[in-house]
Amino acid sequence: MRNFLEISLNHPAHYITFGPFSVSAGNLSIIIAMMVIFTLALFMPFPNHEDHKVKGSKK
Amino acid sequence: MRRELSSVDPSKKWSGPVREYDLIKELVVAVVVVGLLALTLAALFSSPDEKALTMNSWSHEAPADFVQTAAAELAGTTTSASYGPPYNKNGEGQNIGPINLSKLAGVRIPIDPANSFVIEPLKSQSDPITTAAVSQWLAAPSKEQSSWANAYSDALLKDGKALTLTDAAGMYGPVPTLVTALYAMAKSGALDGALTTSDTTLPTNFTKPLLFLGDSGTYFPDKASAQHLSGDQWGVMNETGSWPGQSWLWLYSFWYQIEPFKSSGNADILVMSLMGILSLGLLLLPILPVLPRIPYWIPVHRLIWRNWYNKKKN
Amino acid sequence: MSEKISWTGRVRSATLEKFEPEDLLPDHQPAYVASWIYVFGVATLAAFVMLIASGLYLTLEGPAWWHTSSVGHYVNSVHLWSVELFFVFMVVHLWGKFWMAAWRGRRLATWITGCLAFFTSIITGFTGYIIQSNFDSQWISTQAKDGFNAMGIGAFFNTLNTGQAILLHVSLLPLVLGAIVVWHVILVRRRGVVPPIEVGGE
Repeated sequence: MRNFLEISLNHPAHYITFGPFSVSAGNLSIIIAMMVIFTLALFMPFPNHEDHKVKGSKK
Repeated sequence: MRRELSSVDPSKKWSGPVREYDLIKELVVAVVVVGLLALTLAALFSSPDEKALTMNSWSHEAPADFVQTAAAELAGTTTSASYGPPYNKNGEGQNIGPINLSKLAGVRIPIDPANSFVIEPLKSQSDPITTAAVSQWLAAPSKEQSSWANAYSDALLKDGKALTLTDAAGMYGPVPTLVTALYAMAKSGALDGALTTSDTTLPTNFTKPLLFLGDSGTYFPDKASAQHLSGDQWGVMNETGSWPGQSWLWLYSFWYQIEPFKSSGNADILVMSLMGILSLGLLLLPILPVLPRIPYWIPVHRLIWRNWYNKKKN
Repeated sequence: MSEKISWTGRVRSATLEKFEPEDLLPDHQPAYVASWIYVFGVATLAAFVMLIASGLYLTLEGPAWWHTSSVGHYVNSVHLWSVELFFVFMVVHLWGKFWMAAWRGRRLATWITGCLAFFTSIITGFTGYIIQSNFDSQWISTQAKDGFNAMGIGAFFNTLNTGQAILLHVSLLPLVLGAIVVWHVILVRRRGVVPPIEVGGE
């Protein structure tokens, strides 16, 4: 029941082990993605909007 | 190094410069972008669905292990037979100092493995040999029951040839008949139903089959180790196949890998308590000493608000 | 005058009157709210929307459906990847708020409700993992029971009782999590986005 796009993950996982730490490639990818996203969010320039000196009028 | 910056009172409502913003538009764009991302990831990577184990698959794939476990349930020597609360009073549970929370909660899910996993299902059988064996078992005093079952269980462990053991010395009583009948029930698929529908016809509670399967010496744990799911393999956060699992449980899994938790008989209660304390620490971090100062010492906020600080400086 | 002593009047002054329409549905933000780190709160909410949507689809078809239907398997995959995205965005949001010391200025309750949402999500996720009715759920539930039993919780929440876990995952926990999230968002709107850490200022 695989679709044409699918990249199969249905095989034994690869594990990265150092000392007491052992992490599956799947979990490690998620953790690395999280750190990359965080770093990008800090460094990527945010589109600059015009600052308004006075707050928009309410009613 | 004080700069010429006006000190902002963060509890006051903001009255400084503002920028255009659209809350509803932001939410809609976020749902569309994240939604497309989820739909794409799902199409690319799918999700795991490794077939569940059953009494049926157990009896077919590992008959010796099934028979040995069933005999051990009658002998009362399995993990669940000596578990303690919430299942029975045959074990102590885990302590943290002098406190035993499982005993305080009491036996709320009564399970007597010999009865629940073996005798009760066999009561549904109508052939006279099984019926007679069940009656003989039930009529015997518990000392005799355990001597039969232990003798048979020990012989099985030595011999390994399940079901062909002869009872020359008459030491096993009805136990071989009971175990053989249970094995036949498992092979036919009837045991799966019997263990889940004893209380109600809607099978929603898998406590009995899963505790029984959990007592298995090789079948269940070997399948798990092969998938890198055991407790000493950071199992809780892992997933079958190569999919990512509950990586957010990394800290919980971590404690089980190191001493003193690794070899402690009270590991579960110790790790759970430690995680409780750490979670409370995260919750109350703003009012703890030292920790809330870290963002001031390592000024990541200079990066986040760099435009603002630059503008202020000029 | 009478509105102040009636129950309804008190609730109104404790809730609605604390807000101006502009606070609840703002079309302006302080000028310092200009960084990509600010999108992860709303991204977490968006992943939550996807979780509810895919979860409702799975609910409508019943717990066995996704094992036998290819559409069902795809919806289950959407549910799984929404969970992964939900946690990724939430953790990045948490990191961001930590480095902004976002609890400043009477925002402790916002921080606490955020943490409660995180913990409730972990429990909700866990109940989802143990109701898959496959090998993974069998193993996780038999392993996890020992932790809950040691805490005395296992006597009330039995990880091996799949029916109980399904009901918790599908009805009670999403309601609790949803309520905490709403509370958290209302607190954010009530107090506004925390201003920058100023030199010399706390």
